[in-house]
Amino acid sequence: MKPILQVQDVRKQYANHTALDGVSLEVPEGSIFGLLGPNGAGKTSLIRIITQITGPDGGQVLFRGEPLNPSHIGQIGYLPEERGLYKKMKVGEQLLYLAQLKGLSKADATTKIKRWLDRFDIKTWADKNVEDLSKGMQQKVQFVATVLHDPALLILDEPFSGFDPINANLLKDEILAMRDQGTSIIFSTHRMESVEEMCDHIALINRSQKVLDGRVRDVRNAYRSQTYQVEGTGKLLLIHPDFEVLEQKERENGHFYARIRIVHGTPNDLLRYLIGAGQVEVQAFREQIPSINEIFIRRVRETHPDYVPETDSMPA
Amino acid sequence: MSKIWLIVQREYLTRVRKKSFIIMSLIGPLLTVAFIAVPVLIAKMSGDDKVVAVADAGNLFADKLPDAKDDIRFVRSTPDLAQAKSDFKAGKFDALVYIPKLDLTNPTGFQVFSRKGLSVSLENDINRAINQQIENRRLAQSGIDRATLDKLKANVDLETVTLSDTGEKSSSSGVSTAVAYLCGFLIYMFIFMYGVQIMRGVMEEKTNRIVEVVISSVKPFELMMGKVLGIAAVGFTQLALWVLLSVGISTAMAGSLSPEKVVQDRADRATAIVRPDTVKDKAAKQDNVAVKMMTAFRNSDLNVPLIVACFLFYFLGGYLFYGSLFGAIGSAVDSETDTQQFMLPVTMPLILTFVVSQAILTTNPNGTVAVWMSIIPFTSPIAMVMRLPFGGVPMWQLGLSIALLIGGFVFTTWLAGRIYRVGILMYGKKVSYGELSKWLFYKG
Repeated sequence: MKPILQVQDVRKQYANHTALDGVSLEVPEGSIFGLLGPNGAGKTSLIRIITQITGPDGGQVLFRGEPLNPSHIGQIGYLPEERGLYKKMKVGEQLLYLAQLKGLSKADATTKIKRWLDRFDIKTWADKNVEDLSKGMQQKVQFVATVLHDPALLILDEPFSGFDPINANLLKDEILAMRDQGTSIIFSTHRMESVEEMCDHIALINRSQKVLDGRVRDVRNAYRSQTYQVEGTGKLLLIHPDFEVLEQKERENGHFYARIRIVHGTPNDLLRYLIGAGQVEVQAFREQIPSINEIFIRRVRETHPDYVPETDSMPA
Repeated sequence: MSKIWLIVQREYLTRVRKKSFIIMSLIGPLLTVAFIAVPVLIAKMSGDDKVVAVADAGNLFADKLPDAKDDIRFVRSTPDLAQAKSDFKAGKFDALVYIPKLDLTNPTGFQVFSRKGLSVSLENDINRAINQQIENRRLAQSGIDRATLDKLKANVDLETVTLSDTGEKSSSSGVSTAVAYLCGFLIYMFIFMYGVQIMRGVMEEKTNRIVEVVISSVKPFELMMGKVLGIAAVGFTQLALWVLLSVGISTAMAGSLSPEKVVQDRADRATAIVRPDTVKDKAAKQDNVAVKMMTAFRNSDLNVPLIVACFLFYFLGGYLFYGSLFGAIGSAVDSETDTQQFMLPVTMPLILTFVVSQAILTTNPNGTVAVWMSIIPFTSPIAMVMRLPFGGVPMWQLGLSIALLIGGFVFTTWLAGRIYRVGILMYGKKVSYGELSKWLFYKG
């Protein structure tokens, strides 16, 4: 697949810290690309360069092969992490204004606004002032403002923050539908577990550097650790040089749970050993696939042995 | 370019539709009209003459009652006090003065009767009339008449004339001062009012976080300029509304309020009563302050087209010079309370100009300080429009001042743009001057 966006060795330096230190990545066309990393890693700085809010100090960004320039603005939609609308403007006027700023004609914008308001079932809000809407309603309006001009590339910074579960699901369906129609989506978040299932590709960013990227499946395969979760009954006594017990728990009624790493051999060897010499009855046996979060931490520890996961939060 | 136009439109329309704008547009002209109309109205209202009956037992005013003066007319009543009092009760007079038989060297026993108590001014006027008559009598006794005494008094009117290469121009420093203040004050007020609106607008966008959405569509500089220009259009609309409404309202009221009309009114009423000539004459004299102002303005050799053109230029130029700086302040802070430290240096030159204007500009409009203040762009928008009505501003000074102001606002706009583009994305950070100066050199 041809990349819609190529970021090449982008650097961004602020007065007293480096926000981006030679970051390169490619966003394939028509996929959902997860831009993951803790707060303060440099995600927002990168997004601001892609949206042309700021420029890079070094490196370049290509949009469909051309260096990024103002003519691309109309093809990019951006939902910032910090949401905001003009409070004293009517919803309809506001959407019209923002769409026109993106280069839509008035007539075109008007029909599109009508279509989106219908789709989200919020037609009746058009004449309301934004300040009279609830926070969740404002989020919907803001999302509409982001996608109104049918962008080829949609950048969503922490899109689910502030949505209740019902609306979050609605939004998720909407995003997947847009992907299926060919929109490329960059999905930025520090809550990695929330997007694993939606993303086709990911890039992990930590401390202004990319630490990892690729297809989600490939990344996870690369970080498989030959660890299996086993549940069953009986007394598990495992003494074998090929297998290492990472964790073992006894439960009531002679049940057990264990995580076992295969140092040498195949899963079948382990299973055969458990059934045979292990003398236990196996009820569940599955490979433990690492979560993106675990991969991230492991990857970062490899490069920075002193790494402590940041819980919160410098401003991005 | 079309995007700036969109921004200008939004800024303009949202502001012009606000209630506060409509209220301000109506209150401004009403105040102006009130300012002009109240003195005239007062003059008109005082047309309610007080009529004072005089019971002249002492024959003080034997040959002639005192002339009507200000709002007072005197009429003769019977010299018999008891009779006069009962007449007074029945009649419509405002006061009854009783003059007893008197000794000129030691006059005593004067009385004033009134229904509700006398106003101080009426009492003073009656007092003065009696005193003057006694003086007259005494003068006559000493062999001097009033006319001789009046001739001895001097009262000179000064006509001021501007002597320049183009010839002599008679001018009135009173009118010049008034025009200078009006122009200076309007510019001062508009820069402040609309400068602060720019600042608030920028802060609103920043704290709302909408700015990030908008500047992913337009350049920060376009957003700032759109705002500055949009609000300038609001300012011009307001000014135009004020002028139109003021002119409209005053013309509507002029019919009943023009000084000439008032004079005529009073003369007409006076004719119906006593001694038409004196009354009309007096009334005319009394109103001639207002008439004088009007004629002075008409006759004064103000270069009206130049003043209007320059006023509009400095109005816009001053606004642009300061406007973008206000925008930069708004971008650098998170809340209104943080604006103080940056506001002061920006507003200082403005306030200073306005404060010293009285001492320097209007008293010595072509002195060194005034000349420099009218050339340096920080102070020129106010200083120059305050100098112009006095005349005698050399063309080179005007040209230099205009050129510097244009250069000045290009520079401040550039400066503000540099600060603005960094500031609007900087949240939750208290900003110092050192920080601001670093922003100037950030790369895009």
